[in-house]
Amino acid sequence: MNRLSKYRRHPLAAVLVVVMGLLLVGSLYSLASSASPAQATNARSQAVEEGRQMFLKGCSSCHGLNAEGTDTGPSLIGVGAAAVDFQVGTGRMPMADASVQAMARTPQFTPEQTVAIAEFVASLAPGPGIPSQEALNYERDGNLAQGGELFRTNCAMCHNFAGQGGALTQGKYAASLMGVDPQKIYEALITGPQSMPVFGDRVITPEEKLSIIKWLKAAESEKAQGGISLGKVGPVTEGLLIWTLGLGLLVGAAVWLGAKSK
Amino acid sequence: MSDHSDHTDHTDHKGELEPLGDPGLPAHVHRRADHDPVAEKRAERQVSGLFILGTLSAIGFIASYVGIKSDQYIFLPLLGTTNAQQLALGMSLALALLFVGFGAVHWAKVLMSGEEHVNLRHEMRSAEDDRKELVEKFSKGAEDSGLGRRSLIKRTLGAALALVTISPLIILRDLGPLPKKELEKTNWRTGSRLITDPGGIPLKASDLEVGGVAHVLPELPDGQNETLNDLVRDPVLVIRLRPEDLHLNAQQTNWTHDGIIAFSKICTHMGCAVGLYEQQTHHLLCPCHQSTFDVTTGASVIFGPAARPLPQLAITVDSEGYLVAQHGFTEAVGPSFWERSS
Repeated sequence: MNRLSKYRRHPLAAVLVVVMGLLLVGSLYSLASSASPAQATNARSQAVEEGRQMFLKGCSSCHGLNAEGTDTGPSLIGVGAAAVDFQVGTGRMPMADASVQAMARTPQFTPEQTVAIAEFVASLAPGPGIPSQEALNYERDGNLAQGGELFRTNCAMCHNFAGQGGALTQGKYAASLMGVDPQKIYEALITGPQSMPVFGDRVITPEEKLSIIKWLKAAESEKAQGGISLGKVGPVTEGLLIWTLGLGLLVGAAVWLGAKSK
Repeated sequence: MSDHSDHTDHTDHKGELEPLGDPGLPAHVHRRADHDPVAEKRAERQVSGLFILGTLSAIGFIASYVGIKSDQYIFLPLLGTTNAQQLALGMSLALALLFVGFGAVHWAKVLMSGEEHVNLRHEMRSAEDDRKELVEKFSKGAEDSGLGRRSLIKRTLGAALALVTISPLIILRDLGPLPKKELEKTNWRTGSRLITDPGGIPLKASDLEVGGVAHVLPELPDGQNETLNDLVRDPVLVIRLRPEDLHLNAQQTNWTHDGIIAFSKICTHMGCAVGLYEQQTHHLLCPCHQSTFDVTTGASVIFGPAARPLPQLAITVDSEGYLVAQHGFTEAVGPSFWERSS
């Protein structure tokens, strides 16, 4: 103590005291503030907190720390759990790059993590929830013919008459619907991801949505009746094939017919 | 060859060209099968080989019709899973025709006479005697019929021929009648409810969330159904945006309800159903020719061949909260036509 006290008149002593005081106050404050979320966790469900952590890591850089949105990403308040489950569950979010449109790829979060983020976002404000598997029994509740009619009026103009997807403007596109999980189709309908408009439950009723899914699944498993389907996109690939391969064969035949035999 | 060099010398001396003579046909080159019996035999075998392949393919056609079940599917690389019978029928018939054709062409090319022949065209003018005889016969016939003297027959024949020729023109009437105002009419009336298509459920303003769309038709009086002719004029697309996203004039704003705006779905270019709505850009796209309409400015054309904005349907809500039309369209929907008044 004596050894220390001889420095108490030292010009830097005051500075040292202030620094130590600040450190003490700072550590006390951080202890206090880390204690308050711990209490909140008890109040909120474990999943929401887990989801919040996941959100802070994976989503907050674009959507803001409280999902309030930034210049690079929209606000997620009120989008509902279904939107999160669709976007994260199909790997569209987190976005691979800020190009025209988020593309489906290998999901970056496990299904459990996805549900946790969805619950966190749903806790911010009410929105459409994730449809349960029980509510998605399209084989039982859907009507195939009605589904086809609904698809042609509401979906075919963007997603192609056979659900193969199609081009929109400036590099955007409507994704192919082949091999898409029924739950994800349903979520896309009720949340309207990206360019797609929302088809609310009063515009297309839940039963009608199941009919559309049933029709899509039937279209997906429909066997070819002969010949090459060429991606089922109609005149584009068909025309390409006939103008290149078809005409090429005809030109070849004409050359052979006109050539003199040796 | 020596002739040619003479000419060249000639030209060099005088500095002018003499006209070239008829070069004639190039010397005939004989094919191997023409003089080599071995090659001839081989060519013969090739041709009949192709015909035999044609026969086998035709037998394959019959066999695949009889032998393959119509509901049998096979997986082929590139083709995917496809109906086995249809594929076998198509392929075998195509091959049969191809082999027969190839055989015939190969036969003509290697075995049939390959000599070039010159067939000069005969003179166009007939022989002098034939010409004289024809004129004589014709004038004799004309004299015999007495057409010059019998004017009654001449006139009645003229009338009959003229009428027979013209009378079919009457069936052109079937191209009409002119549509008059018919093309400008739709089934939208004051108070027509907006019902979903398909489904037929009346829509309330609260049924549409922001970013939502609905494809709707007018609710018709009892006993009246949408005909196919109605369906090319009546379809309407209802979209809900945030009201602050809309940049409309006073009348257009008056025709919306709380950010809900309705447009005719029939493209003003060629009448396709304009249905591709991009929720984020608020662009409405026609799938046929890529006409692009900006919903926020009253479906004004921002790209493509369409000449006019999509006609806006004036909507409001009735006492029960259902979306209804304030009145019918104020202009004709769909593409231009001659009698269009607006």
